[in-house]
Amino acid sequence: MSNGDSYDTRFMSTITESAASALQLLIPPDPVLLSIVARSLGVSATACAIGCALGLLFGAWLGVARFAGREAINTLTNTLLAIPAVVVGLLVYLLLSRSGPLGYLGWLFSVEAMVLAQALLVLPIATALTRQIVEDRENWHGQQLRSLGAGTGLRGLLLAWDERYALLTVIMACFGRAIAEVGAVMIVGGNIEGFTRVMTTAIALETSKGDLPLALALGLILLTVVLLLNAAIAVLRRWREQSEGQSRQLATSQGLT
Amino acid sequence: MKSAIFQLDGLGVRFGPVQALRAVTLRIEPGESVALVGANGSGKSTLLRVLHGLIRPTSGQLRADSAARQAMLFQRPFMLRSSALNNVALGLWLRGTPWRAARALALQALQRVELQEQAFRPARTLSGGQQQRLALARAWALAPDVLLLDEPTASLDPHAKREVEQLMAEFSHGRAGQPLTMVFASHNLGQVKRLATRVVYLEHGRVLADLPVAQFFDAEGLKAASIEADLFVKGELV
Repeated sequence: MSNGDSYDTRFMSTITESAASALQLLIPPDPVLLSIVARSLGVSATACAIGCALGLLFGAWLGVARFAGREAINTLTNTLLAIPAVVVGLLVYLLLSRSGPLGYLGWLFSVEAMVLAQALLVLPIATALTRQIVEDRENWHGQQLRSLGAGTGLRGLLLAWDERYALLTVIMACFGRAIAEVGAVMIVGGNIEGFTRVMTTAIALETSKGDLPLALALGLILLTVVLLLNAAIAVLRRWREQSEGQSRQLATSQGLT
Repeated sequence: MKSAIFQLDGLGVRFGPVQALRAVTLRIEPGESVALVGANGSGKSTLLRVLHGLIRPTSGQLRADSAARQAMLFQRPFMLRSSALNNVALGLWLRGTPWRAARALALQALQRVELQEQAFRPARTLSGGQQQRLALARAWALAPDVLLLDEPTASLDPHAKREVEQLMAEFSHGRAGQPLTMVFASHNLGQVKRLATRVVYLEHGRVLADLPVAQFFDAEGLKAASIEADLFVKGELV
């Protein structure tokens, strides 16, 4: 057997072992795993809610507002799209460390610190993508909304609301970024068992311990969780598209279009 | 002398290197129905947007009657992803009418354009003609003194065109004794004949002819005013 075949076989057996381990963890459900999954979802969902709420509002406003320095802000938010999670983690660590400006909060190595780090991580994504979506619509329809009497802030909100299905994808992208990152939560959370350990830090730990099947199993479970969420969003979008499509079909059948 | 709705003196608009309007001097009186005609790129849409306050002139002066309520209709009306009723109510709400009252007024406006049965349908599922009538309802609901229309029938089929034009004709009579001033851009010379009392012909941002409608379509009168306008009317210039 050649070396290539040997690697292939080893790879496949690791994957098979991982899938079996994942099943063993899920059936019956392992309480420790469940708590890690729940913590991962809780931290990332909260961070995503905070980061997206701020990012969507700021992005919607940036999409319609015109002022000196706007291009500089756009360039900055676009640059922050590529900021490494560990850098965000480091910044939050410095902020929350005892000698840092937010040290009095006592959040370091807590779930709150992890939420803060992930919220900061997704904020530029939500801002930049929302800004782009709203700006495109503003270029096409901004004058009509101005004609109706909508000022800058309202125009941003109306256009964002009008593009809510596209923004749903932005929110999913933010959630994906939050739940998949490891660097920030590792630094500010500390990967403390039963307290700040989440899926990604658990995977990193198991990998460093050499338990690759378990690490991969955790990875598969993480992917499954995200897959289920994405599927739910896709079903929601499809349902909306179908309901609007049926209205159009009805109109066509009545000779109205 | 009664006050004009719009008074433009040597007005110009420049977009970077492009001079969209040049030294436009124009006076529009209450109750007039003014058609802006000219080839593509002649400045019709820019002039309408200047009158509506969407574009600032870069030179000259624009004096508009600040007491006159304005509404504008665009060639392709923008409808939010919501019901026809909500789209009409939105315009009223944005101008300060409480939402519940806005919806009640919106329903009346939809009845005015015979779209009441489509009130709860998503606006974007309506046909092009229906959407333009919806936009007319949205404008009409605002009880405007001035209605500005940018080629409102340009992308419609003949049947929808007739429906929209019919509504424009009805609206031009005003309501409750209040005259409506209508300024519209059009390529449709038949429509101009039917709806306008006065025609302004634009070319490369300049006003080349400003004549009462009968005179504009009188060959000799127009030739005297502008050879280009004469050619445009004959269909030899697009």
